[in-house]
Amino acid sequence: MIEIENITKRYDKQTVVNDVSMVVEPRTIAAIVGTSGSGKTTLLRMINRLVEPTSGTIKLDGVDNHSLPDYELRRSIGYAIQGHGLFPHRTVAQNIATVPLLLGWDRERIDERVDELLKLFQLDPADFGPRYPHELSGGQQQRVGVARALAAKPNVLLMDEPFGALDPIIRTKAQEDLLAIQKHFGTTIILVTHDMEEAVHLGHKIAVMDGGKLVQYARPAEILAKPASSFVETLVGSSERPFRLLSLGRVGDAVEKGSAEGEAIPADASQRDALAELLWTGKPALPVKDTDGKALGRVTVDGLVKLAARPA
Amino acid sequence: MAIRFDKLGVVIAAIAAYAAFLAPFATFRANRIVPGEGRLILDALPAVSGPLLLALVVVAIVVALLKTPLAWRLVVSVVLLVALALAIGMAGGFLTPPGNTFARVSPASGFWLLIFAFTLLLADVLTRLELSPFVRLAVLLIAAVAVGMLLASGAWDSLSILKEYANRADTFWAEARKHVTLALGSLLAAVVVGLPLGILCHRVEALRAGVLNVLNIIQTIPSIALFGMLIGPLGWVALHVPGASAIGIRGIGTAPAFVALFLYSLLPVVANTVVGLAGVPKAANEAARGMGMTDWQRLSGVEFPLAFPVILTGIRIVLVQNIGLATIAALIGGGGFGVFVFQGVGQTAMDLVLLGAVPTVALAFAAGIVLDAIIELTATARRKEAVA
Ligand SMILES: Nc1ncnc2c1ncn2[C@@H]1O[C@H](COP(=O)(O)OP(=O)(O)OP(=O)(O)O)[C@@H](O)[C@H]1O
Ligand SMILES: [Mg+2]
Repeated sequence: MIEIENITKRYDKQTVVNDVSMVVEPRTIAAIVGTSGSGKTTLLRMINRLVEPTSGTIKLDGVDNHSLPDYELRRSIGYAIQGHGLFPHRTVAQNIATVPLLLGWDRERIDERVDELLKLFQLDPADFGPRYPHELSGGQQQRVGVARALAAKPNVLLMDEPFGALDPIIRTKAQEDLLAIQKHFGTTIILVTHDMEEAVHLGHKIAVMDGGKLVQYARPAEILAKPASSFVETLVGSSERPFRLLSLGRVGDAVEKGSAEGEAIPADASQRDALAELLWTGKPALPVKDTDGKALGRVTVDGLVKLAARPA
Repeated sequence: MAIRFDKLGVVIAAIAAYAAFLAPFATFRANRIVPGEGRLILDALPAVSGPLLLALVVVAIVVALLKTPLAWRLVVSVVLLVALALAIGMAGGFLTPPGNTFARVSPASGFWLLIFAFTLLLADVLTRLELSPFVRLAVLLIAAVAVGMLLASGAWDSLSILKEYANRADTFWAEARKHVTLALGSLLAAVVVGLPLGILCHRVEALRAGVLNVLNIIQTIPSIALFGMLIGPLGWVALHVPGASAIGIRGIGTAPAFVALFLYSLLPVVANTVVGLAGVPKAANEAARGMGMTDWQRLSGVEFPLAFPVILTGIRIVLVQNIGLATIAALIGGGGFGVFVFQGVGQTAMDLVLLGAVPTVALAFAAGIVLDAIIELTATARRKEAVA
């Protein structure tokens, strides 16, 4: 759990983060969105004390983050920096081993962990472990950056635009990986992003920042349905709202009784994808199947359109 | 097939042709201080060896001039350098009248130009072969051993420079030791002081401009003036600090020479440390802090290794510069090879000047090669990390 209480950061006269309070529940992802310069990175960096706040406190699992030396605090928090920040003079394996080494893990355990992480990110340990960062593609570098942040199994992971430089396909893949890892390890994650789509997809809650202030902190559906200000509304993109709302739901939750002709849609696909498929094929309804291929019913254009409307 | 010329080869051929046919190969003097008279190759070497050497030079000129395989050029340059080394020794024996201990034979401009021309050819070949650092070190070692063997064999004993050496064999090695001690010692001191100073300048921005400016100004003070400025303070230290004079600190002698070289060395070390540290990618530094490295761990594990090749380049500059500069220590009784240079200048005995100058140049040259190899080795050790 991360408790941010009335945190403020001032540089000279400029207030970069202004009296922000928010709580990130254990084992959830909070996505911070906002325009460039709104203080997202600064807020993130106050959690691991790369930036010292002017006032306010931050507690991790109930413990003030000033109760231990900064370097020890940072070793316990994963940090994926904006623009991977890999050490150019160390191999991929050595890069990933950084924090475990600082923590004094033994060789065997470190090697095991490095292999495990590389595999998790679909990088062959024998091939990629000995490589130097400049021998990787931009996307691979970013994945190694995230792997490095996860190396010492931190309870808390801070990520600053980790998927910024990825193409849409790899990006989607990396997001799925992150979700899987988050579920698997139960990590509490704060993720900064410019991309509303990404925030809606990954965040259990979304924090919207504007000019150093936290203007709204709520579940994605609520942010989409009830934007707290015109700024949030603009950020959410009013023309996209219904589709974003649909992208939060699974087809399985929109199944109606009955049958339909055509290619079945899997129950765990997003409702948005289902609507797109319906519109594209020009059919009013399509069958739905579960992961075993068993027919569950059908999904209809009318049903989905109702779900896309602003909740009461 | 069209005949194609090698660009550098044209220059080498021109120099070699002039040197072999028009310039004097050796100089003969009745004694060590009278002006000498030059002898062409044919007059300086006994019977067949003169024409033979000329023939070799002609072959080498042709090989250098045309676009020939690297292997030929390598063989030709090595053969010529060895032949020249042997020939000049022969000329010494041939031109010195039997039993005459006053007459002096020394290499003349023709010899030096030929050496220059074929060293150039060899250097060009070695560069084009892109030898690994280890091979380059091996080549240097072989050359050093070859010169050592020639010296030991007595083949050059009839040359004036070695006659000067024979008269000063004991002081030569003492001065050599002083020279190396001065050059290396001041370098070591500059590294010990300059590295932390550079790190400090990097971390504390307020210091940077000031420190670098002061070091820049020191760099522009002529050495004689610097010696003069040091006499006062060091003399005072010798008088007033207990034990100072016991370890050799005085207004003149080795101490001010050492201090002057040390001061000259500081700028390259400090400046390169600052530049090297500034070149460390900001993101790598941030990541290091973010992952919980202490300041010291970050410096030793990230910043320093990344800055090291640049720092090493500074050390290379200092070493080569110091080996040359240490010559002037002799001006204030600091010893070193400069002793022979300045004595030679005083006596207008060119050979004595050479006895000081040749080892200095050879030493600086060798130091440059060794450090270049080390720089490349440290760079390849990290697989020539790409600039992100
Ligand atoms: N060390 C500093 N000194 C002075 N001002 C700073 C400092 N660091 C950040 N700022 C200012 O604070 C503001 C917020 O910066 P921050 O990096 O938190 O923005 P951000 O929301 O992460 O932006 P981006 O999306 O572009 O990464 C900016 O206006 C920036 O100029
Ligand atoms: Mg940022």
